[in-house]
Amino acid sequence: MTSYLARRIVQMVPVLFGVVTIIFVLLRVSGDPVQLYLPEDASVEQVEELRRALGLDRPLPVQYALFLADLARGDFGESLRYRNQNVLTIVLERLPATLELASAALLVAVLISLPLGIVAALNRNRLPDAVASAVAMLGRAMPNFWLGIMLILAFAVHLRWLPVSGRDGFANLVLPALTLGTSIAALLMRLMRSGMLEVMNQDYVRTAKAKGLRWRRVVVKHGLRNALIGYVTVLGLEIAGLLAGAVVTEQVFAWPGIGRLAIQAINSRDMAIVQAVVILAALVVMTANLLVDLAYALIDPRIRYG
Amino acid sequence: MSAVTATRPGVEESAHRRPRLPVLARRWISSPNAVVGTFLVLAFVVAALLAPVLAPFDPNATDLRARQIPPAWLDGGTSKHLLGTDQLGRDILSRLVFGSRIALIVGLGGVALTSVVGVTLGLLAGYFRGRVDVVISRVIDTLLAIPNVLLYLVALGVFGPSLTMLIVVIGCVNWTTFARVVRGEVMAVSEREFVDAARANGARDVRVMLRHVLPSVAAPILVVGTLNVATIIILEASLSFLGFGVQPPTVTWGRMLADGRDYLATAWWLATFPGVAITLLGLGLLFLGDWLRDVLDPRLRGR
Repeated sequence: MTSYLARRIVQMVPVLFGVVTIIFVLLRVSGDPVQLYLPEDASVEQVEELRRALGLDRPLPVQYALFLADLARGDFGESLRYRNQNVLTIVLERLPATLELASAALLVAVLISLPLGIVAALNRNRLPDAVASAVAMLGRAMPNFWLGIMLILAFAVHLRWLPVSGRDGFANLVLPALTLGTSIAALLMRLMRSGMLEVMNQDYVRTAKAKGLRWRRVVVKHGLRNALIGYVTVLGLEIAGLLAGAVVTEQVFAWPGIGRLAIQAINSRDMAIVQAVVILAALVVMTANLLVDLAYALIDPRIRYG
Repeated sequence: MSAVTATRPGVEESAHRRPRLPVLARRWISSPNAVVGTFLVLAFVVAALLAPVLAPFDPNATDLRARQIPPAWLDGGTSKHLLGTDQLGRDILSRLVFGSRIALIVGLGGVALTSVVGVTLGLLAGYFRGRVDVVISRVIDTLLAIPNVLLYLVALGVFGPSLTMLIVVIGCVNWTTFARVVRGEVMAVSEREFVDAARANGARDVRVMLRHVLPSVAAPILVVGTLNVATIIILEASLSFLGFGVQPPTVTWGRMLADGRDYLATAWWLATFPGVAITLLGLGLLFLGDWLRDVLDPRLRGR
């Protein structure tokens, strides 16, 4: 287990390296970053001075090496907006809000997709299956943030049950979590349905039924547990999608997470914050994928990491 | 896959042969989803092509005396503005009709570029394997590790949002799905006898890839492509909503939604109808894509 973990962590290094390189190319190589920092009417002298100060007058490979060295020390550069504050600290302060939203959304997605997928599979080609399929189809076709706006319209503006935006407590979390959670629920439901259908046709399920086990036990112990493996795989792969969706959802609900911070930073050309957010988000995705892989062992006793 | 079919070559053969056109037409007419999907998509294509003729008003013409008029069927609505007007008195229906242009241009342009990049890289990775495959797969891993919306926003923030940039950036980021599907398919196809035969006859790698391997993976490309148009249209709407799409005065559905978000309490129709338009177009494309998949390549289910 330990050696597997070590190997997986080593495998993360090239990916992280790739992420950092993409950021470098986007923020440094493409166009002159000095133009991003200075007002449009800045004089030539000002431009040259800033360029020297930022080390942009040096050859690109040197800049790249310096960039990597800074990052390795946890130095993401200086923010234009939050001067004299550590950029990493600013981003880390916003991270819990995003993680809270993403976890709640994941819970919503599982609570919707798992039962619906099972019910659809067990009632194949009958009414519950048709209804679940139609809902899933609608979920795929609908822009998720629009569903969020419609939820605000219904539950915040008209019914006044829940707040429109912000982050002050549980009530604030409900609508954003529903919005973000449903964005992956459709896919997961279809997956659960097909996984369940496949498993329920297996010989060992027929055996379990034939030996007279209670129906619920057959479904849960023999069916569900085996169908869960594919489900958990995709759940892990969807975490990047969930964070991407969070960027939009946070904007709809004015949720103070890293997505909203990133949009503000991009709009104000605060590139230090931008690169910190992207790198941190990639780290979260990679860590989550690793945790999902480790979760296999819990679901499937045949999987042992050595 | 190949292990199963190696013992039953006949099954593989029939599974890969594409249905003939009359057969396809009969299956199309007998599938309600496919027919509905086709008409939905066609309706939006016609709207986009004939926008200046079909739209009752100039989409940017403001009329301050006719602000926030509700849809025609509500109290205060007029038949002049079927879907009402926005906060500046612009006709919603006309804006939706013109907005379909950007949605379709970005959707189709994006998928065209995406598929060229994705198919090329997937083909190279699947055909040559080894080091080529490792490098391309690493790039895919990297792109998948970054939440894609962040990448789009950073790129559009740096290069400036415009129609061309939007399509280029989508092409550079979105190709991973294509590449992964094509890579897998190519790996399976490259094992088949006709590829060996072509090679034994002295065909060069490029010729084998383009003439022998690529046609065999055409069906999955078509299916993934159709479904991907829907994904890109929703993506375009999200980016426009966040202010990183094609800029005004060009009308986009995403921007309409963003504006409408501020008027939920007084004029719900502003933010409602653009979403309905996106959903209908998305449904059409998904119906069509799912049907194509079932007809051409049922193994792609769930991808």
